[in-house]
Amino acid sequence: MSEVIVVTSGKGGVGKTTTSANVGTGLAMLGEKVVLIDTDIGLRNLDVVMGLENRIVYNLVDVVEGNCRMKQALIKDKRYPNLFLLPSAQTRDKSSVSPGQMMKLVDDLREEFDYVLLDCPAGIEQGFKNAIAGADRAFVVTTPEVSAIRDADRIIGLLEASEISKTELIVNRIRMDMVRRGDMMSIEDVTDILGIPILGAIPDDEEIVISTNQGEPLVGMNSFAGQAYLNICKRVLGQEVPLMELEKSRGLFARFTGLLKRAQ
Amino acid sequence: MVNLLEILTKKNSGTIAKKRLQFVLIADRAGCTPEILEMIKDDMIKAISKYMEIDTNGLEIRITQMEDREASERLPVLYVSMPVRVMLTKETCQ
Repeated sequence: MSEVIVVTSGKGGVGKTTTSANVGTGLAMLGEKVVLIDTDIGLRNLDVVMGLENRIVYNLVDVVEGNCRMKQALIKDKRYPNLFLLPSAQTRDKSSVSPGQMMKLVDDLREEFDYVLLDCPAGIEQGFKNAIAGADRAFVVTTPEVSAIRDADRIIGLLEASEISKTELIVNRIRMDMVRRGDMMSIEDVTDILGIPILGAIPDDEEIVISTNQGEPLVGMNSFAGQAYLNICKRVLGQEVPLMELEKSRGLFARFTGLLKRAQ
Repeated sequence: MVNLLEILTKKNSGTIAKKRLQFVLIADRAGCTPEILEMIKDDMIKAISKYMEIDTNGLEIRITQMEDREASERLPVLYVSMPVRVMLTKETCQ
């Protein structure tokens, strides 16, 4: 049975698009048939992160308005033949599409794909309402910062009020050195505050910047973030994968030097 | 010289962040907007001013959380602090 997942956050810049690209690619890597939809009309981004920006002819608004058939707008991924992107329109705005139209679009895609992943725009206005309209499940992306967590809490409240039954948390850009020093909230702190189950945590990894520069998601590659994203994909498929040991227990010496550092 | 007491009692910014968030989210979740708080404040000043003269500049009002006693669920609490300048006597009461 196919599943429709919306990747959302409230606050901008916390990693929705990166997460969408990597989870979509990872699921395709694991053999699922996946379509990624960029719902950020007017601020198209997922295409460049996926490295598919030169192949766009038609977009989401064209499909909704009937200017083309769905098949014409779907772009096949460079590496995985079972992965597709439905790009957003760059010269239109959020009001070009209604929640009802999104529901219909998503339902059409359900027939052909195992996973439909929606990359949601920042904010709680029309773009958000459009993106969540047809979804069964939501991933709330946050970073361990007060502003992002506050917005995530608001989003979780709005998702509860919608028809989405399953909401899970992805903590992005965590810096274990700072968590150890006590200068960043830990994964436990964030899940404590937000009170929804955690799907995964992604370490702050410069490889992400490099992979985005190249337009190739790093899921599955030999880096902390690549492995963390692959673990998330496996959990989505129902496999039991323990959280990566980002917070390794430290020896007495490391603790002592850490204490001295704090005193400075 | 490093002050040992200072090291041991120094609060990590991560802990501070968590505490601040917990407070702000209680207010957010209670749906109590600053406008509503302002209205409550004005009404309280009106009511209390009948009996005592209060320092309105030093007045504090916020939604916080009940101290964790036996309460299993965390209830929001309206916290108001009103400095009293003068108690009005029976004669001066309006």
